[in-house]
Amino acid sequence: MALEHADVQRAAHLARLGLNDEDAARYVDDLGRILEMVDMLQALDTEGIAPLAHPLDVTQRLRADEVTESDQRERFQRCAPAVEDGLYLVPRVVE
Amino acid sequence: MHDKTLAELARSLDAGEFSSRELTQHLLGRIDRLDGELNCFITVTFDQALAAADAADKSRAAGKAGPLTGLPLALKDIFCTRDVRTTAGSRMLDNFISPYDATVVEKLATAGTVSLGKTNMDEFAMGSSNENSHYGPVKNPWDLAAVPGGSSGGSAAAVAAGLVPAAIGTDTGGSIRQPAAFCGITGLKPTYGRVSRYGMIAYASSLDQAGPMARTAEDCALLLSAMAGHDLHDSTCVARGVPDYTEELDTPLAGLKIGLPREYFGDGLAPEVEAAMRDAVKAFESLGASVREVSLPHTHYAIPAYYVIAPAEASSNLSRYDGVRFGHRCDSPSDLIDLYKRSRAEGFGDEVKRRILIGTHTLSEGFFDAYYKKAQQVRRLIRQDFLDAFEEVDVLMGPASPTPAFDLGAKKDPVSMYLQDIYTIAINLAGIPGMSVPAGFVGNRPVGLQILGNHFAEARLLNVAHQFQQATDWHRHRPAFAEENA
Amino acid sequence: MQWETVIGLEVHVQLATRSKIFSGASTAFGAEPNTQACAVDLGLPGVLPVLNEAAVAMAVKFGLAIHAEIPEVSVFDRKNYFYPDLPKGYQTSQMYQPIVGAGVVEITLEDGTTKPIRVHHAHLEEDAGKSLHEDFHGMTGVDLNRAGTPLLEIVSEPDMRSAKEAAAYLKAIHSIVTYLGISDGNMAEGSMRCDVNVSVRPKDQEAFGTRAEIKNVNSFRFVERAIAFEVERQIELLEDGGKVIQETRLFDPDRDETRSMRTKEEANDYRYFPCPDLLPVVLDQAYIDHLRDNLPELPAEKRARFESELGLSAYDASVLSATREMADYFEEVKDVCGDAKQAANWVQGELAGALNREGLAIADSPVSAHQLGELIARVIDDTINGKAAKQVFQALWNGQGAKADDVIEAQGLKQVTDTGAIEAMIDQVIADSPAQVAQYRDAEPEKRGKMIGYFVGQVMKASRGTANPQQVNQLLKQKLDALC
Repeated sequence: MALEHADVQRAAHLARLGLNDEDAARYVDDLGRILEMVDMLQALDTEGIAPLAHPLDVTQRLRADEVTESDQRERFQRCAPAVEDGLYLVPRVVE
Repeated sequence: MHDKTLAELARSLDAGEFSSRELTQHLLGRIDRLDGELNCFITVTFDQALAAADAADKSRAAGKAGPLTGLPLALKDIFCTRDVRTTAGSRMLDNFISPYDATVVEKLATAGTVSLGKTNMDEFAMGSSNENSHYGPVKNPWDLAAVPGGSSGGSAAAVAAGLVPAAIGTDTGGSIRQPAAFCGITGLKPTYGRVSRYGMIAYASSLDQAGPMARTAEDCALLLSAMAGHDLHDSTCVARGVPDYTEELDTPLAGLKIGLPREYFGDGLAPEVEAAMRDAVKAFESLGASVREVSLPHTHYAIPAYYVIAPAEASSNLSRYDGVRFGHRCDSPSDLIDLYKRSRAEGFGDEVKRRILIGTHTLSEGFFDAYYKKAQQVRRLIRQDFLDAFEEVDVLMGPASPTPAFDLGAKKDPVSMYLQDIYTIAINLAGIPGMSVPAGFVGNRPVGLQILGNHFAEARLLNVAHQFQQATDWHRHRPAFAEENA
Repeated sequence: MQWETVIGLEVHVQLATRSKIFSGASTAFGAEPNTQACAVDLGLPGVLPVLNEAAVAMAVKFGLAIHAEIPEVSVFDRKNYFYPDLPKGYQTSQMYQPIVGAGVVEITLEDGTTKPIRVHHAHLEEDAGKSLHEDFHGMTGVDLNRAGTPLLEIVSEPDMRSAKEAAAYLKAIHSIVTYLGISDGNMAEGSMRCDVNVSVRPKDQEAFGTRAEIKNVNSFRFVERAIAFEVERQIELLEDGGKVIQETRLFDPDRDETRSMRTKEEANDYRYFPCPDLLPVVLDQAYIDHLRDNLPELPAEKRARFESELGLSAYDASVLSATREMADYFEEVKDVCGDAKQAANWVQGELAGALNREGLAIADSPVSAHQLGELIARVIDDTINGKAAKQVFQALWNGQGAKADDVIEAQGLKQVTDTGAIEAMIDQVIADSPAQVAQYRDAEPEKRGKMIGYFVGQVMKASRGTANPQQVNQLLKQKLDALC
């Protein structure tokens, strides 16, 4: 499956990665070669094979419904780039 | 002091030959003198280390010392450490002081170990040479022109250089085993789910696993006994008892059935590495093991499958780095999209961006089935290869890497770098445990023997590696760099 | 042309767990911003989710209540997109293998008829935080307290054909989740939110028309109004030769209209894939059976029982079973007084009126069900008459006494049934009203019935309302007629 410039731009937008044209051109090239290597998978017949999401066949353990966490806002917001009145600030979001 | 194994250091501390504070000070001094050249550490925690050493000396004096009390180690900078900078080798987290401890960090602290600091790594554990670190490459102490391997390159080089007797790494596609091989130390990637991932910064969640890196299998056993076990904070960490991994170290290997995967000895394997492997196998035979060839028929699909699954998970795992709650934020964003795009463009390095883009692309509409679903089907086939092999043999052996450490800057093309991991990556897809132990040299660069076992067979792997280390002395070699600068 | 409306609803119900779906942070409403957002909710580097058992149990209970299939295995997926109120850059949800399969919700329309609405599935997911657009120097503030609150998203089939049916469906869901105790159902606090898919088609056409999705319609009333507006808009558009475009719209209750959300050209691509941090949830039959065995009586069952066992009318049964609080209150009143019909009359009459006047919910009634039951019992055993009962109710409402009996005693409201005493009062009234007695005597016999009211009033007044009105009537008639 060939990779187009538009595919890279689209992925970059979905991933919110700023790319200039020069970067984008380089990534089209790199990603194209990676996908070429990945395309080797298509040669393998996997009809009827169930996808494997986890290496072990174990199931989800459930947690008791208990409040175990207390307020650590001050501590957590020490590493935040912009806060005011306990809120994280971002450029205005237009609804 | 810096030459000793953890087990030896524990005996010296017990015997009162020196205190944990003296040992810690000695190693901090070495880091101070030598690490300018090697660049193993991103952050050295002098004050916390000395405080922990003092506390360890106190509990030893009070007769409360456990097997690891007062023993120094280093943590890959992927483990969150409370009140200490935790960067994952990325500019994105250059200013991130973690507000909490990873479970592994907590467990090791509870066991009385003394962390000297946070080691260098490929950014977000993406790399096989440690050249993808925002903090610069690490040099291999055996040959300063060579890479230490990656992504746990700082951890491996620090142990090899005698800056610290042991370090904790993580392994998503070989990131413990390959640098251990390149730096001539012993490293263990446990079974997926054996060690908690809580607080370990995620690269690819279904593949990531933390493990010990040290001079000997015995030391790895000591560390794994302290690190492993159930964690209520990690759903994927199995509720299964943790044995004392040192207990079975001395079990004789007579009757051990070793399988050599045909696919691990084919094209691309350096002849000198192959020769070292054959020698190692002979050593096992002389210990009473039997050897047969086996096949892992889907071996060559492991790298392609990995480069779908790992980037897909990574693209999602790394979305949280958005410049809002922590981490890098660009200057004066004009709007929300600009905040996201510039913060992430500035915060992430090249390889991370490549993998985010690949993962985003392969998960997107119209591609999901052809890439992601296909890769997961192949993943099942790859796991089945191993499960079938372990019906016939106890352990598998082969090279950890097709070549010894390559030169810094030698691999510019990402795909050729990826292909380096041909022997390690399938192990993560299958979730089985694997070790690398020193098994010779090509010139002055070490070669690692990889030993693989079935799920939760860590005790067996450690036993096999330990017996090999009783019979060989590759693990006792020290790089000239460490000696000259003693 | 005749048009038919087709409606499907996606209802998001916040589950009433103590802690969040994947973390141990509190879900309590109204805390200071970000004080209930723990490391996991914030998506700090390295944190991992662990699933809350109560959220699973609540989802399964809902499934059992709507007779849905509960699959053995369900899986969590990640829905990837960037938004400031979504800390991890993905929402953990269930795309492919939801916890609740297909089921049915029965709705009751105003004329008392019922209609089954099919539920496609219901899945668990985490709620997002909130963006606050007040003035932060032109910035938006983000509060992540709500992030990670468990949601059950209930997705209906497009089975509704009018705004009224949609509102009835929403009420039915509300009633089921509050009966089960799996949500407080508080729409004002956002505990229940709803997206509405609306389309229209020519009456005889089989294929669905293009639908618009109206996001976040947060009250029963708004659902009706939003649909009414949207249906009109679509019909007008189509009749003018236009086309409905598939889009997301917002309902503006102030202007009573829906309007297009300014979406960018790009379609969303959420890149769903199984969450690698969570394992498949496997529910064994014993667990499901245990939850089934402990389900409370549900609104439909209760309504049926109120009709068949208590002999209430369909209307009364439906009103009294509408909410669990109402039903519980009514049943306690009935148990204490021993008469279902009297209990139904009082709860829907005097009590409902008083609650309405003061804008109170039944749970906040100053008169408890037990107090009301005792009061009604005193009416039934003739201790007081109806008029006095209203006085006693008012006294209890105002807190003037803890029990009906105390009020009756204190205010001397006990009914006088002693014939001698009543006769004495009647005689006095007759003696004091010669003019009225004369009029009575002179009147045509058929008109006398009306005229007796004056005398009854006087006697009741003389007894301060305590005389038994039937006795007064009967005795007065005898005595007056004797004078004729």
